[in-house]
Amino acid sequence: MIRSDILRDIAPIIRDHLVICNIGLPSQELHLTDDQPTNFYMLGTMGLSSSIGLGLALAQGKKVISIDGDGSVLTNFGTLPTIANNVADNFILLIIDNGSYGSTGDQPTYAGKKTSLAAVAEACGCENVVACSAEDTGKTIQAALDSNKMTIIVAKCESGNVKVPVITMDPVVIRDRFMKAVQA
Amino acid sequence: MSVNTKIVDDLVANKVEFVTTVPCKQLAGVIDEIDACDKIYHIPANKEDEGMGLCAGAFMGGKRPAIIMQNTAIGVTINTLVTLTQYYRMPLPMLISYRGELGEPVACQVEMAVHTKALLSQLNIPTYHFHQEEDADELDAILKYTFMCNKPVAILTDASFWKGY
Repeated sequence: MIRSDILRDIAPIIRDHLVICNIGLPSQELHLTDDQPTNFYMLGTMGLSSSIGLGLALAQGKKVISIDGDGSVLTNFGTLPTIANNVADNFILLIIDNGSYGSTGDQPTYAGKKTSLAAVAEACGCENVVACSAEDTGKTIQAALDSNKMTIIVAKCESGNVKVPVITMDPVVIRDRFMKAVQA
Repeated sequence: MSVNTKIVDDLVANKVEFVTTVPCKQLAGVIDEIDACDKIYHIPANKEDEGMGLCAGAFMGGKRPAIIMQNTAIGVTINTLVTLTQYYRMPLPMLISYRGELGEPVACQVEMAVHTKALLSQLNIPTYHFHQEEDADELDAILKYTFMCNKPVAILTDASFWKGY
């Protein structure tokens, strides 16, 4: 399975929750698969999906799922200690780890080599870190939602992309629609 | 009243409830006051762009955010300011220690100081400069302005304002 297969699988599970989706292909794929007002698409700013999601989870009570990638977590490694030390039990960080920078041409990341993001998250002090296969991502997210505990999920999948159009929605429209969904 | 207390009182009066900080020696006192304030959730960040991500999330969750950081962070955060804070039109008061100005003992700090106002100007970020203690009297109005216009706004605070450090 590749990332777009995971996103298609988990769409019915994450649909009813607030989702912060990573820059580039992940946002484009989610937008094409299941566009929802509860989705916040990042059109830029590599690395900050987990930070935006944590800030959102700390500020209000609804459940928040940040969809991130191995490359973007490596870009913003400082996020893991911040998450560990500011526990929000309504926050799930889903790291789709395909061992590559998918949006830029599948260049390999260190997470696909010797570096284990699950081990790093644990070393940073994160308490509920679950590594799972691509196929088990949906049920792992559901279990994390049911647990009411902040959870970091590292879902390993294969590298690869499907052709998807860019998101042409205006950023202010995305943000306004999302904030109305947060308040609903 | 100390200037640190006045700053935190103005934040609270303007319903700023979520503050992220990356420390600077000049900002130590105000960061201590933020941490002690029970009306503000203080979340230290490891890097300033991470902090701006946290603030963006908090804003969308209904809490007014602010960031406290050093002017060297302008070099770290330009992409985030442009593609997140400005692109999605989000408010962000930035209380910034203006290192490298008169009274600065560390020569390297001057290297970023000479670029600070030019970079903020290039980014079309409204910028205020606190040099005397009474300049902080404008903070309340600056905060109201920031949340009125949904923009990042810079408040540079130099060594003279902090009376050395």
